[in-house]
Amino acid sequence: MEYGPAPESDKNAMEFLDKHRRSFGLYINGKWVSKKDTFPAVNPASGETLAQLAEASSEDVDAAVKAAQKALPEWVKAGRAERARYLYALARQVQKHSRLFAVLESLDNGKPIRETRDIDIPLVARHFYHHAGWAQLMDTELRDFKEIGVVGQIIPWNFPLLMLSWKIAPALAMGNTLVLKPAEQTSLTALLFAEICHNVGLPKGVVNIITGHGSVGAALANHPGIQKIAFTGSTEVGKIIRRDTAGSGKKLSLELGGKSPFIVFEDADLDSVVEGVVDAIWFNQGQVCCAGSRLLAQESIADRLYEKLKARLQKLVVGNPLDKGIDMGAVVSPEQLKTITSFVDKGKNEGSEVWQLENIPSGGCFFPPTLFLNVSPASVIVQEEIFGPVLVAMTFRSHQEAIKLANNTRYGLAASLWTENINLALDVAPKIKAGTVWINTTNVFDAASGFGGYRESGFGREGGLEGLMEYVKPRNEKAFAEKSFAFKVSGSTKTRGEALDRTPKMYIGGKQARPDSGYSLQVLNPAGQVAGEVGEGSRKDIRNAVEAAQAAGKWAENTGHARAQVIYYIAENLSARKKEFEERLTDACGYSAKDATLELSRSIDRIFTYAAYADKYDGRVHNTTSRNVTLAMNEPLGVLGIVCPEEFPLLGFVGTVIPAIAMGNNVVVIPSESAPLSATDFYQVLDTSDVPGGTVNIITGPKETLATELARHYDVEGIWYFGTQEGSKNVEMLSTDSMKRSWVNYGKHYDWLTNPLEKEFLRKACEVKNIWVPYGA
Amino acid sequence: MDLNEKRNEGLPFSPEYFDHLNINRSAVERRAASLPGRRTVKKEYQAAWLLRAISCIDLTTLAGDDTAGNVQRLCAKALNPVRQDLLDALGFPALTVGAVCVYHNMIADARKALGHSGLPIAAVSTGFPAGKISLEQKLDEIRRSVEAGASEIDIVISRDLVINNQWEELYREVKLSREACGDAHMKTILATGEIPTLTKVAKASWVSMMAGSDFIKTSTGKESVNATLPVSLVMVRAIRDYYELTGTKIGYKPAGGIQKAKQALDFLILIKEELGNDWLNNQLFRFGASSLLGDIERQLEHYVTGRYSAGYRHAMA
Repeated sequence: MEYGPAPESDKNAMEFLDKHRRSFGLYINGKWVSKKDTFPAVNPASGETLAQLAEASSEDVDAAVKAAQKALPEWVKAGRAERARYLYALARQVQKHSRLFAVLESLDNGKPIRETRDIDIPLVARHFYHHAGWAQLMDTELRDFKEIGVVGQIIPWNFPLLMLSWKIAPALAMGNTLVLKPAEQTSLTALLFAEICHNVGLPKGVVNIITGHGSVGAALANHPGIQKIAFTGSTEVGKIIRRDTAGSGKKLSLELGGKSPFIVFEDADLDSVVEGVVDAIWFNQGQVCCAGSRLLAQESIADRLYEKLKARLQKLVVGNPLDKGIDMGAVVSPEQLKTITSFVDKGKNEGSEVWQLENIPSGGCFFPPTLFLNVSPASVIVQEEIFGPVLVAMTFRSHQEAIKLANNTRYGLAASLWTENINLALDVAPKIKAGTVWINTTNVFDAASGFGGYRESGFGREGGLEGLMEYVKPRNEKAFAEKSFAFKVSGSTKTRGEALDRTPKMYIGGKQARPDSGYSLQVLNPAGQVAGEVGEGSRKDIRNAVEAAQAAGKWAENTGHARAQVIYYIAENLSARKKEFEERLTDACGYSAKDATLELSRSIDRIFTYAAYADKYDGRVHNTTSRNVTLAMNEPLGVLGIVCPEEFPLLGFVGTVIPAIAMGNNVVVIPSESAPLSATDFYQVLDTSDVPGGTVNIITGPKETLATELARHYDVEGIWYFGTQEGSKNVEMLSTDSMKRSWVNYGKHYDWLTNPLEKEFLRKACEVKNIWVPYGA
Repeated sequence: MDLNEKRNEGLPFSPEYFDHLNINRSAVERRAASLPGRRTVKKEYQAAWLLRAISCIDLTTLAGDDTAGNVQRLCAKALNPVRQDLLDALGFPALTVGAVCVYHNMIADARKALGHSGLPIAAVSTGFPAGKISLEQKLDEIRRSVEAGASEIDIVISRDLVINNQWEELYREVKLSREACGDAHMKTILATGEIPTLTKVAKASWVSMMAGSDFIKTSTGKESVNATLPVSLVMVRAIRDYYELTGTKIGYKPAGGIQKAKQALDFLILIKEELGNDWLNNQLFRFGASSLLGDIERQLEHYVTGRYSAGYRHAMA
């Protein structure tokens, strides 16, 4: 009772290639541009060359960007209904040619026809349908936003057409035009897609597709004519792009690597867990950024699970990708095969117990499903993303330990939890640092749900409303201006003689702290008189403050209501000391009495606003396509560094700190360097308002030096910087190492008085985590 | 049923083997849904698999209007399920179904019709399909069916015992039934369409196996939902775990609603993937079906002739 061969025909795909004479140009401005410089598209299962592809030059990149620029105004003007119609047409076309896409993808990439036919291509169509809807609804559902402009998109080889759809559908829906570069290993379906764009009459220049190697991607990312880069690929390349574009003001979304945990609790349905593992790591040859590649099994059931896995492993079938009866095809290229092999050799050399499928085809880029048992977190194969069908397994004792092990990684893309206990599942899910958490399932995707990472897995989301935010900007473009909104100050103020020498200190962990340096800085008023002294903060103070902020975990666990109560209390206490704060502004900053009163009242109003939001800026339940509840939860970033603007010494402090803590972040704040006294006065307000120690930490001193330390710090999850263009670039550059979420002003001035981006502060203070909870009695 | 395998002697009632079970319906359904996409059989392999499927059919008639006449037809079809010219073309000299399956009252007629062919007669029993008679009556019915010549007894369990978690009572009921069967082999019908959760299906499977069932079977064919792939997945995984524990292979019989050759192949694929080749024969696998055979015959004729077939070209049961 054997299965026998069941090959899918490649006839139509070959005819498509032949029709193009096995040679493809670049699709720029609605035309095919042929090139002399070419490279082959290779079938990794057979080594056969499928076609020759064009290597774009920097002139081609330029031409493509210019075409997109030229097409932009008309595309924006086309309006929602027309854009929706085009997206709908693309969805229909993908469906109509679904088998051609599926076969071509399998030939080009090596993945099984089952996957392209049943998973990739249906998801592509779904993505275009869903975003046709968003195009139609943009004016009502995203009325405060507009297109960004020209978008550069660079996609990987593991889900070639699916990643194309994740990039193109939202970009077009929101009125952007684009240049997309597929991976050099897998460009064919993107070129077929270009043909489809052409056939549906998409205006020329709206979608441009250029092929080539990494240098083409780099030229695209660095092109001054694009306003946004969307990249999916390795963390290494993602970091290069971020550094290269630091300070440029280009909006960036990065979907990078992962080493996602797959956590099995003792009450899970173990046979279903085994199939979950198959879908997690032996799907797409393990070349999945969110693959559940680290198995964490509760000690009490680990042996039983391991036995089941070993048995299941031997039932997998690796073979010709076009055979309808296989589980795994070929990995994408000889290079990738080499990478995987070298990792597995390392694992073997480390002495880990290894199990592999015995029977795999020879020739072609095939690698057997592999299982390492009883590995430890210190092992290379546990830490590094292998991007192959290699599972590493270890045990845990308690759910607390499972969470620690799960988070013991630089990545944070996804996690899968298996338990029949909903209390346990919903307790653990929010504690895992990952953008997607699947409960009792894995590797399910849908256009209505956001996908993206925490930590070095990148930032930004794709899919859902949160994904659209990556392709729009606030409609109000005057929120940030070249000229400061600050009040005029007088240079003739006099300091009031204080009864006693008052020495503001740092504020760390809810306690006043002397600067580690032992030095103080004079604060001068506009008349040049000494208005007071503050501590000169240094990197040690930043270290202490971050430690205190990290240790103060409880704040985020409060309910929104409880946080609101504390924040309202801050307003109450500030209001009680209004006069003192106003005097500080007049005396130390040269404010007029009227302006001081205005800044105070706006500050109190601002606190009220964000207290109000604390229990209202909530998530969504996404309407995804499988039977489940998909919870899109807004989670605080964690520890957020805030570098306050120089102007508005009080409002600039309140306007940043309060929205951040309203969302549950703990913050390390560097107040205005020239006017820090309103901020240091403020810690007494915090002290009297039940703000837990460590939630707000204040470090005074040289702004740029301290900002640099914050941006470099590995244990700071996000940073907001309001300062110079130079400083903005510095912060973006330095944030790259740990992939901090950064928000900078590029030297522009925010309108703190009217706060036009009120809600944006909340969005920037949060990550969206999608938790998938399938159900069924 | 001429089992080479040793018969299931059962286990003492031991809830520790099934208490912990928790079946996740969504995950089971995902596996069941993806399986037919992961494996397939084409051409000569498919023809061979379909012939094997025929040999695993319990060709069934369980209707109020059954008479000696239609039972005789059924038996004739059971002995000659496929047109001889097709068998010849396939190079397959002889083939019968696995058994015929009838009500107790029809056993004598079936016996007469089957003559000395040796084809087993399975009788549904114990107050089939609802099982709403006393335990004494159930056991008596079994004994009488065995006496009348049934070598296989398909019993129904008391669903109320499953619903109310009265596992030890269920164990006792099934064990006594098995004793009443004597040498006749016992297939235990869970009637999964009337069991509210897959977890209870798994537990009922375990109790039935512990109590000595030779087969476990999904349905009577009379519930509104009968044999499905998800429910089968749960039951065959229980069979696999029981085998790992005891070394005894329990048979599996999906019944009801399996009408198409493609469905039959999906079930065989599921068995091969979850249990292995050992189970792919009529000693450990049966289909409870009446119209399935007709579709398989059409598919076989298509394989032989390259033309799509018509129902009237094959002898009816």
